[in-house]
Parts: sequence; structure tokens; C-alpha cells
Amino acid sequence: MALSVPAIMKTTAARLSALYLLLFAICAVALVFYMTSLSARMLTGQTQETINDEVLGLARAYQRGGLPVLVRVVEQRSRQPGANLYLIADANGQILTGNVQSLEPGVLETEGWTSSPFSYQRFGEGELERQRNLPADQSNTQSDVQAQGEKGHNAIALVLRLPNQMIMLVGRDLGEPERFRAVIRRALTLALGMMGIGGLLIWFFVGRAALKRIDSVSEASRRIMGGDLSGRLPVTGAGDEFDRLSENLNVMLARIATLNEGLKQVSDNIAHDLKTPLTRLRNRAEATLSGKHKTTDYRQALEGTIAESDQLIKTFNAILMISRLEAGYSSENTNRVDLAQAVRDVVELYEPVAEEAGVSLEADVREAVFVNGNRELIGQALSNIVDNAIKYSTGANAQPAVRVTLERAGAEIKLAVSDNGHGIPDDGDRSRATERFVRLEKSRSQPGSGLGLSLAKAVMTFHNGRLDLLSGNPGLSVIMSFPVREDH
Amino acid sequence: MLMPATQPSSEIAYNGSMKILVIEDDREAADYLQKAFTEAGHTAHVAGDGETGFALADAGDYDVMVIDRMMPRRDGLSVIAGLRSRGNTTPVLILSALGEVDDRVTGLRAGGDDYLTKPYAFSELLARVEVLNRRASAKEAETVYRVGDLELDRLSHSVRRASREITLQPREFRLLEYLMRHAGQVVTRTMLLENVWDYHFDPQTNVIDVHVSRLRGKIEKGFDKSILHTVRGAGYMLKSG
Repeated sequence: MALSVPAIMKTTAARLSALYLLLFAICAVALVFYMTSLSARMLTGQTQETINDEVLGLARAYQRGGLPVLVRVVEQRSRQPGANLYLIADANGQILTGNVQSLEPGVLETEGWTSSPFSYQRFGEGELERQRNLPADQSNTQSDVQAQGEKGHNAIALVLRLPNQMIMLVGRDLGEPERFRAVIRRALTLALGMMGIGGLLIWFFVGRAALKRIDSVSEASRRIMGGDLSGRLPVTGAGDEFDRLSENLNVMLARIATLNEGLKQVSDNIAHDLKTPLTRLRNRAEATLSGKHKTTDYRQALEGTIAESDQLIKTFNAILMISRLEAGYSSENTNRVDLAQAVRDVVELYEPVAEEAGVSLEADVREAVFVNGNRELIGQALSNIVDNAIKYSTGANAQPAVRVTLERAGAEIKLAVSDNGHGIPDDGDRSRATERFVRLEKSRSQPGSGLGLSLAKAVMTFHNGRLDLLSGNPGLSVIMSFPVREDH
Repeated sequence: MLMPATQPSSEIAYNGSMKILVIEDDREAADYLQKAFTEAGHTAHVAGDGETGFALADAGDYDVMVIDRMMPRRDGLSVIAGLRSRGNTTPVLILSALGEVDDRVTGLRAGGDDYLTKPYAFSELLARVEVLNRRASAKEAETVYRVGDLELDRLSHSVRRASREITLQPREFRLLEYLMRHAGQVVTRTMLLENVWDYHFDPQTNVIDVHVSRLRGKIEKGFDKSILHTVRGAGYMLKSG
């Protein structure tokens, strides 16, 4: 993949690498500068101490034998190799003895520590230098001395005035601290360079690998967005965060596919179950309009129209409610509901209907059983189930009977509605019965929207429970399983 | 359907004329309501948005108000809350496209007296508005209800017709009590389900009809005159003569 520089900089990996590189570089430079200045200060301190010791030694020599002894000791020490500098000059700054041949002007004029390192030339070195530089300079002027000084050495020194107005300078060459500084500077450059290379390498291997993974994920999502909902994101099996992300996205895709499938099925069913009554409605109106009728006929037609549209509204409301429950309808309106009372209420509500249909409706509930829920929703779900049970219990040989039982089984509370009708013998049919608008062939003759059990199932999902359909031998058992309330 | 075919036509004698305020932003629906209320013998005023409605309600002396929940400029619940905070106690029926349990609860909490979900049947709306009429709701305090020769004692839980004792199940008693409290008014099936059973859903089967016909059997069997009438396309009405 050929990427231009701006395009590379647009990738997260490259940006992160650059940012880290910059941060590390700043930290490294700051650290090095801090350490350098600290060490330089320490080295200067040491140098000054050495000079002080030297001065003490010379002072003792002066006390012992006055000026001649001092001069002798200075001459003697000047001849020894080392970094120490000695110089004795007369009151006018004319050098009398020592190992310094020349130095920056003005150094001897102020007593005490030199304020900053000064340049000087050691005895003997100046000659070589001058010969090398020859025809260039004719006059041995100040600028010449300075030029040589710059090429020469730096030092710090203590300048003292002797009692006879002569000037003595004791100093030490700064070659060592300067070499140290140079070493540090080299190390810093090297470290920064290696950091840069390291950053590039990290970006190349880690960043580009991540980039590749992300690219493959975007590639797969583009395919899926293109309409291939069965496509899934690649999972390498490394178990890293990319895999976890892909796995989660895949679960999401599976959920979307299910919802999509459901939507497709529902729209097909809506087309059938809403269009059929709408067509009937329209036909009835059309038939009434054409031809001459008596007023009572018009009245009847309009009443039929109203009844038909009421049924449509009911179906529509049920669809809306199921979608809201399935979409995770959150309700502050749940509280402690006594299932035993809910059963008694619904059985009491349906008892006359059952009696009229010749079905015996019994409830086997005793003490109160509480769950967290919504009384209205539970009542609606249960009445749909009881309604179904009453409708489908007839037709079998036995005396039709519907029984509602309530019992606690482990961590669940099971509310079962069982009838002794024909039931749904086929396992596949049974599991399909709770799908929206599914009306098993046999039941098409019975009035109903085909949404009763779907609504009950959605209500159970809302209550974190389940709705199961079991073969009752004979008949059907519909079981609403609620989780046990936790707070007691 | 269990409606007996022997019932009289739908000419219902509504008791008294009401002054109704309709606050509804859908022009067509508002006009329809105004026309329908007028045909039913009432006076109806219409406001097209919340602000106008609030001003009218605050100034006029209405018997019942019908307020749409979702409106421009000021929503229905805020109008109701505003009126209640100014001491206006006129009964309010909320009309709403939102029909979930929570929506109903928030509507009633805001100060509404009844809640009806769109789309609704006008007969349902009219029945509810008549029941809400504040001039007709004085019966709460009475301990004995009388309709013709039928008598219900709320304290002793006894029912008599022409001095003959009638035994009712507890739920049948509450059903009759509600019908008698609103005697002369149309009571719909959903009103019965809401007020007697405290459920707000539509049962798949018309369970209420079966309960009512059972009650009718108990209070009419052996007597000449029918007293519990079915009102076609609307509901029931308890009325003597």
C-alpha cells in the first residue's frame, strides 16, 4: 500500500509514534542539560578547591622565606607537568615567572577569583603556534593574543596582590570539564538519533501491523454496509483488543441480522394481516356506495366499518407495544406485583367467558408470590394466554378444562396455564407460535390477531423472564417464568 | 358480539348540556370534535395551540376540557399543570398518541382526570367527557344509589330491586355500583375495565360483555322492565324506564 507522507501522518499509529518520539526527546534533552550543569558546577567547585590548596602551599612558602622562596617554589612547580597554572608579574602586569606565556588582557587587574573562564597560552606553546601562523600576522597585537587564546586553553584562576605590589596568579586549566561536556554532547546526539530510529522502527512494525488490522476491519465493514449482512469481521485468534472488538462487533452484527430478519418477516405479515381487513373495509364501503339501499343498510355498513377499524387499531396497538417492549422499553413503573393476585384477577375476569364456552377454568394459587414487574403488562400477557387456552381447549374428547398454577421452582417462579385441548403436537410449530403474526393453520378460523402470544413473550422478556410452550399430553402448557425477587 | 338486537336505536338522552373547551392543534380533528359535541347537545370552543387554550381556560367557565398532549407553543401537560397551579379544578381529559402505561401515569400525575389514546372512537370520548362533567359528579358522597326501583347500599353491600334482595358477587357489586353512579350516562367497555378491574388494555375477547350480561340476568330476570341498556357502538347505560 503506497501512502504519501500526509496520508501516513493521518494514521493514528504514526501520530502516536511521532508524539511519543517528541516527548521522549524533550525529556532526554532536559535530563542531559540538568545533569551537565550539575556536573559542571561540581567540577568547577573541585577546581577551585585545588587552587585554594595550592595557594595555601604557596602562602606557607612565602611565610617561610619571603619573596625569593616563593619565586623559587613557583618556578619549581611550573616545570612540573599538570593542569595547574602559576604566574608572578610585577605591579604593571609584566610577567616575571611562571608557566603562563600570555593571557587575556585585564585578567590581572582585578583581585580574587576570575569571574569567568579566560583564555591563556602556556609557556612554550605560543612559539610553535606563532611559527605555524607566520606570515599572516606582522604585529604582535592584542587581537593576535586573543586569536591565539581562543585556540589555546581556558582556565579559571585566583589573582592575589603580594605585599610588594607584585601580582600572583594561581589557576587551573579547564580542559577536563570541557572534555566531559563534549562527551555528554556526543552522547546526547547519539541517543536522540537512536530514539528517532527506534520510533521509526516501532511505527513500522507495531503501528503498521495495527494499521493493517484496522484496514482489514474497515474493509470487512464496507462489505457488510454494502448489504452483505452475513459477513463478519476477521478474528485472528490472538485474543488481543482487536479480536475482542471484532468479536463484539460480530455479536452486534448477528443481532442486527436477527432484527432485520424479524423486520422482514413482520413487514410481510403486516402486509397480509393489515391489508386483508383494510381491503375488506374498502370493499364494504364500495359495495354500500353502489346501488340503492335502505337507511338501515347504510347504518349496518358503517357499523361494520367501525368494528373493522377498531380491530385494526387493536392490531396496530399490539404491534407498537411489542416493538416498544422488545426495543427495551424502560419503565420506572415497575414495582412489587403479587402474581397470585394477578392470577385471581385474570381468572375472575375470564370466568364468565369460560363458563359460556363450556370450559372449566380453575386457578390453583394460595399464598402471595411477589415479583418485580408491571401489573398491567403481566395482566395483559396472562389474559392473552388464558384467552387462547379457553379458545383452544375445546374440540378434544374430554371435558374442556383450563388450569392456572403458580409455583416456585429454584430461582424461578413459574406461572403455568394448561389446557386439555389438541395442543400443538409439532415441536417446530410450538416454537413458532410465539412469533409475531404466526397463526398456526388450524387456528386461522378463530378470531384473533396472531399477536397474543408474541405480546406475552415480549412482556416476559421485559420482566427478564421466559415464555415456554410445552406439550401437555393432552393439550398445551404455556409457562411464564419470572426470576425470583432479590430483595428478601 | 353479544349485543341484544332488541335495544332501541342510538338516540341517547344525555343529561344536560355542557360547555366544553377543546385544545387541539390538528385543525380537522378539532373541527370534527366541535361539530360532534354540538350534535350531542353541548357547546364546544376550540383553541388551536397551548397558549391560546390556556388563556381561554383561565378566563372561561368550562365544565370539561379536552386537551391534546402534544401541541406547538405549549404542550398539553404544561397547560394542565399551569391551570392547576392557578386553582382551576375543571376536569381534564388528555388526548394523546402516546399510549403506554408510563405515558398515562405521567398524564394523570400532571393533573389530568382521564386519558384517552388516539385513535379513539368519538362515542368513547363523549362517554368519558360526560362522566367527567363536574356538575354530574356529586354522587361520590352518597351512600345509597337509586335508579327506578333498583337500590344499592354502598355501606351494607346490599342490592334490592322492588324490595326483592339480589345477591351479587363482589365484582358484580362493583360493576353495578359504577353503572349506578353514572346512571343515565353511557359507560363504555374500556371505562368498565379501567374502573372496575383496573386494567387499561384491550382484552382479545369482549370479556366485559359477558360480565354485563351476567349482571343483567341477575337484576332483570323476573322483572318486567329492562334497566341495563346496551348502547350500540358505545357501551352500556343504566336507566329506568
